[in-house]
Amino acid sequence: MEPFRQLEGIAVPMLIDNVDTDQIIPSREMKRVSKTGLGQGLFAGWRYTYDGSKKTGDKPDFVLNRAAYQNASILLSGRNFGCGSSREHAVWALEDYGFRVVIAESFGRIFRSNCARNGLLAIVLPAAAIAALEAQTRIDPQNRRLLVDLEACELRGPDGSTFTFDIAESDRHMLLNGLDYIDFTLGFEADINRFVEADRRARPWAYL
Amino acid sequence: MSRTLFDKIWDAHVVEKLDDGSELVYLDRVFLHERTGSVALNSLAETGRKVRNPAQVFATMDHIIDTFPGRGDTTLVPGGEAFIKTMRRTATEAGITLFDIDDARHGITHLISAEQGITLPGLIVACPDSHTCTLGALGAVGWGIGTSDCEHVMATETLRTSKPGQLRVRFDGRLGNGVTAKDMILHLIAQHSASGAAGLALEYAGPAVEALDMEARFTLCNMAVEFGAFTGLIAPDATTLAYVESRRYAPRGDMLERARRAWQELRSDEDAVFDREIAIDCAVIAPTVTWGTSPQDAVAVTGTIPTLDSYPDDETRAEFLSALDYMGLEPGQALLGLKLDAAFIGSCTNSRLSDLRAAAAILEGRKVAPGMRAICTPGSQQVKRAAEAEGLDRVFLDAGFEWREPGCSLCFNAGGEGFGPGERVISSTNRNFRGRQGRGTRTHLASPASVAASALAGCIADVRETGHHAMDAAASH
Repeated sequence: MEPFRQLEGIAVPMLIDNVDTDQIIPSREMKRVSKTGLGQGLFAGWRYTYDGSKKTGDKPDFVLNRAAYQNASILLSGRNFGCGSSREHAVWALEDYGFRVVIAESFGRIFRSNCARNGLLAIVLPAAAIAALEAQTRIDPQNRRLLVDLEACELRGPDGSTFTFDIAESDRHMLLNGLDYIDFTLGFEADINRFVEADRRARPWAYL
Repeated sequence: MSRTLFDKIWDAHVVEKLDDGSELVYLDRVFLHERTGSVALNSLAETGRKVRNPAQVFATMDHIIDTFPGRGDTTLVPGGEAFIKTMRRTATEAGITLFDIDDARHGITHLISAEQGITLPGLIVACPDSHTCTLGALGAVGWGIGTSDCEHVMATETLRTSKPGQLRVRFDGRLGNGVTAKDMILHLIAQHSASGAAGLALEYAGPAVEALDMEARFTLCNMAVEFGAFTGLIAPDATTLAYVESRRYAPRGDMLERARRAWQELRSDEDAVFDREIAIDCAVIAPTVTWGTSPQDAVAVTGTIPTLDSYPDDETRAEFLSALDYMGLEPGQALLGLKLDAAFIGSCTNSRLSDLRAAAAILEGRKVAPGMRAICTPGSQQVKRAAEAEGLDRVFLDAGFEWREPGCSLCFNAGGEGFGPGERVISSTNRNFRGRQGRGTRTHLASPASVAASALAGCIADVRETGHHAMDAAASH
């Protein structure tokens, strides 16, 4: 995984609550037994025009289709972003499209965990801070960029105001160093073996 | 020190507390399905990793397969056959147990994990599906995860996380006529919002929960994730133990006796402390139906859609109006009598034998309204066979319902099948998200009995009126 330290990027506002993973990527867009190439399906229901079930073009008023927000890498949203289905495709689609950071008031639990596993930084900020960041980037978002600093756990808006954020130290460590979760845990293999050996004696009925 | 039910299960599974505050937790079972299990096993093989304990990993097909009678590996899902074939191949290569389409034990993941005794009280079980919390009804911790964490748990038998906070929801009193576990959970979410339990482990308690049969408990726990919870669980009791015993993978003989002794300890201590507590009086719960695009958008079936002044600011008002625009509804509108195009009974929420019986009791001897499409998808082959043995299939078919094969089906476009744009559907499923049952489809969530009553009426109906005679008949059995 690519280490994540700092990022300066274009922010897209999607300031609504409960953006669920069915919206982030509808199940009909998850077409291959793989984690790649899912960016095309990102927000498909909102992003394209349709004739029946056939895509006929881009919906011009959808935020990601507007010229001002091309090449965005930071998404701003409301409460409970990524709620619903556990589909990790939601994270893969966001990343494949080019997002590296999602900032929201809160996240669906599984989505947030999926973000950490894939190097997508999920930041929780209060509504007022998100509104302030949106206001600062509303005019000329291509040039009025946000700076995300994971080392300092700090966000800086184009007018220089800064916001600090909290992130689980375990996730921060993995992201900063681009570590693989499974490799990290396999470092505890001896402990796992010891646990299982003792647990088999304590709870033999639980083992098949 | 006094502990909660969740504490007791969790503490018994902690392998290691790490310096960063996270914990390495042992998991007892993994259950895969073809949508993400295939991807996880593929990815694990590509990175040269092995499944650590294949005996405790299971798989089924439910997300991609279709539910038409006589189905095979081909479905309407674009590229779907590859998921099915990859699931089959990777399951064989990894040496895990697969309940394939033609297996008599086949069905929706969370149904068969319980039916087969794969999930037991006191276990922590994971599945790359958000509704894994369903299994908490057995007094287990059902942990919904993504694909990467699924690889992690297969490779290491553990997951690493911080222990979640805890919430207890007490349901006091008794459920009224026509009110079900589905109405309890919709009511709870409507009262406390779709993020009301954000990240917390939720224990359901109180006399109304204790009075629920096992199948209703699965429904209650199933939608804990719609409340934002980490998981939902219920302390195992005599109802639970009677359900678990003699299941295929459950312990037997002396081992069962040991297990029973352990399971009897699985309850929150009298003075256990929760981070939050909620109490609900069941007397206020009516048959409940959703009107919007989040499960929190729910009211009593006899109620009305909120008005603009129920929302505090421009932002939430705009969202409210946008949801109503999608749903083709107006602020303040009544739900009773709203014309429907289709009805669906199925999904991991409500596709068990008792759900089908409740619907059939209302449908018996009657016909679905003209022009309505109505579909019933039993959740597993075991449910389907049991229902057919009682003649329930005839009741559904005679009423004008389609009688399908088990799978996730029209809950979310599974099998590539959806309802049409603008079509209004009453559904026994768990999510009324935009486009979930088909692009532009308008979903109203409700209990199976409410779905059946509404299917007969051709519009949203109060099961207490439509189902009056059926419920009297059911009560006198």
